Formats: sequence, C-alpha cells, structure tokens
Amino acid sequence: MPATKRGSLSIRSQDDVVGVRQAVRRAAVDIGLNLIDQTKIVTAASELARNAFVYGRGGEVLIEDLQESGRRGLRLSFEDHGPGIPDIQKAMTDGYTSGTGLGLGLGGAKRLSDEFQIFSEEGAGTRVVITRWKS
Amino acid sequence: MERIPILKLGPFLLVSIQVDMHDRLVLTLQDDLTERIVQTRARGVLIDISGLDMVDSFIGRMLGNIAGMARILDAETVVIGMQPSVAITLVELGLSLPGIRTALNIDRGMDLLRASLEERTEDFSAGNQAG
Repeated sequence: MPATKRGSLSIRSQDDVVGVRQAVRRAAVDIGLNLIDQTKIVTAASELARNAFVYGRGGEVLIEDLQESGRRGLRLSFEDHGPGIPDIQKAMTDGYTSGTGLGLGLGGAKRLSDEFQIFSEEGAGTRVVITRWKS
Repeated sequence: MERIPILKLGPFLLVSIQVDMHDRLVLTLQDDLTERIVQTRARGVLIDISGLDMVDSFIGRMLGNIAGMARILDAETVVIGMQPSVAITLVELGLSLPGIRTALNIDRGMDLLRASLEERTEDFSAGNQAG
C-alpha cells in the first residue's frame, strides 16, 4: 500500500499535544475527510498523544497519507519508549486507567478509527497505529 | 500566564472557550471558575464551547468536574454551542457527559439557568413554610 510521509512531530509537552491535534486536522482537511471524520481522527490523536506524553514519558507521531485502490486515508503512528503496557487487553478496557484519567483513551481511539493496531513491550515502549479512510 | 476570561452576567458567569486548550489551561479554567463562583456567589455557569473543534476525554472530564464542583457551590452549569461533529465523536469516544446540562445556544442556556434558579428559589421558600 503506497504511503507518503507527511511529517513527524515529537511529543514532549502539553503544547506538543495541541500541536499534534492541529497537524492532524490540517492533514485530515487536506486529504478531504468530512468534518465528522476529521473530528474523530483529531480526537483519537489527542488521546494517543496525551498517552505518549503522560504514560510513555514522551514520544513521537508519524503522519502518513495512504492511497489504496483509489481511496485516500490517513495513518498515524504513535511511538514512545516508556515502560510499556503489561496487559494490553486490560488497558483497552473502558474505565481502566493506571493513572488519573478516565481510561477511555485507548478504547476510545480504537472506536474512532477504521483500523487500530497496538504493540507494546514491557520496559521498551508502546506503538499505536491508527488509520482513517476517506469514506 | 494564559487564561480564559470569565464574565459576570447578573447572577450567572459566562465562559467562552475560543482557543485550542492544552491540559494546563483546562485545569486553570477549572480552578478560576470555582473561585469566581464563590467570589461572585453566582447561581449558574454558562460554558460556550462553540469555538472548540474537538472535545477529548480530558476536556470532557474537566466539563464534568466543573459542573460537579459548581453544583456543590449551589450553581448550575450549562454547556452551550457544542458542534454536532463534536457531539457525535464524544459519544463514540464513550463520553456521554453525565450530569452536564447542554443547550444549543446562549439564549436557551440562559432560559435553562433562569428556570432552574426559579425552581430552586421556590423549593427554598416552600421548605421554609413547611419548616
């Protein structure tokens, strides 16, 4: 599947989380997502960027444009080198949080995306990849 | 320090969020609002979020916290102007904002607050008579 890198941003502060939201919004507008789909992927990006910053002690996001049999999409890959998630299934459960949040971040981001993948290794970090296709 | 202005409108407070808020700004607003409710003895709070193009779980939780704290301080909170795309996304995210009253615009929000204020005043005088 042809993917074109649009950019990557580091997530080291709360302002960076805002920066990720804005960059994802620009990309979503650019590939022609409708307003609802823009809002969904921006919201998912906000949850994942905050996770990378708060739980992963900072990280980065790669933003890519996708093209597959004539349809366009946006792929976001969040990566941190934090402590990792020991039990992914538990972390995906709504209401479960290891911190002070609502525990909606991962499950919510999954529901707001067309495709969702998560890889995590204890002590090494976490990588979450989400995709939203233009409908 | 960056702050979101809080305006006093008779017995109510009005906040209009026009910027993309980072988490610290969200928490500052929460603190400022509770302080102003006590200071002004406001009976209601209107939070205009028509300028927000997304509400994530952090901002949603802040809105819930503000409503909860305001209620303890005898003030009602109404969130106004939520964009339809934001509402759809919030529900899918899993946040239904329990305990938060919403209104489409500021006029309806004011009506809600006035009605609730009258109701509470009546309850109070009815309680007084009974006692």
